[in-house]
Amino acid sequence: MSIDLPGFAAPVTDAQACFRALLDAMARPGRVHDVAAGLTAPAPLVPATAAVLLTFVDAETPLWLAPEFAPARDWIDFHCGAPVVTDIGAASFVVCDALPDLATLDAGTDESPDASATVILQVHGLTGGRGLRLDGPGLREPADLAVDGLPDDFVARWAANHALFPRGIDLILAAGHEVAALPRSLRIAEGM
Amino acid sequence: MMSPPTTAERQRWMAVLARASAADLAERIAEGPALPDFVRLRGPEVGLVMMRGRAGGGGAPFNLGEITVTRCTVRAGAQTGHATVTGRDAERAELAARVDAALQDPILHDTLQTRVIAPLAEAQAAARETKARHAAATQVKFFTMSTMRT
Repeated sequence: MSIDLPGFAAPVTDAQACFRALLDAMARPGRVHDVAAGLTAPAPLVPATAAVLLTFVDAETPLWLAPEFAPARDWIDFHCGAPVVTDIGAASFVVCDALPDLATLDAGTDESPDASATVILQVHGLTGGRGLRLDGPGLREPADLAVDGLPDDFVARWAANHALFPRGIDLILAAGHEVAALPRSLRIAEGM
Repeated sequence: MMSPPTTAERQRWMAVLARASAADLAERIAEGPALPDFVRLRGPEVGLVMMRGRAGGGGAPFNLGEITVTRCTVRAGAQTGHATVTGRDAERAELAARVDAALQDPILHDTLQTRVIAPLAEAQAAARETKARHAAATQVKFFTMSTMRT
């Protein structure tokens, strides 16, 4: 077991600040928020992913980790204490750097759509790269977001996820210290 | 070069550290070698743990109540030290975690064991024995009940 790095310097206020940023990111899709000020993340996690994990993941949220993230497993075990599952369909949170097949994830039920999984996708950047045109609740006018690191067929895959509403997967995009969120209520088209 | 400590060995010194008061701990540490530099991995943070006791003839567990504990984890060099102490004294938890880390260092282990852990353990055993003796003096023996039980 090797844990070399601390978590949040001020666990309560830092987690609250990150929670607030994610809340805003979900409510106003397309806006990029800075989280993880001062947090050093264990490779290969970026600070934004680490901050989201510290804020949301605990003993009650099964976590699925992509194999590339195995080196950060000890750190996650120690600071979050989340049960790591091998069945991606049983996970509440999924951490990956390549978008998994969203149909294999838990999309919740019509009675409790809140029980669905949230994917934390580590991307190369939230500027430049592929342009997306976002439209839906929270947006008076369609917003643009450029993401470097999404698969080519992302728009089609997202449409299938959006069609499940109110069920479906929420997506958190993390790059460096920044996060953006794509809630399931969002309609996404190719943009720019 | 000693072999890495077994779980039982580590449990023993962690228990001694957890029971030591802040003043005793500081006093003993002052007599030992300087503790290595460290970074805090977690805490010191205060929380609650449920204390369980055993009751009845069968020793069935019951929840006695929650107590306040302070836990701390530090990293000193290659060693990670943990401590959980009762109460809200953050410095005490941190000190105990630092000593736990240092005790895993083969170079510091023996000196710390003789100068810090052994005297603390001795004092704790003496205090426990005194208390047990005071309690034993007040014990009432019910002759009929003890004969009935056998």
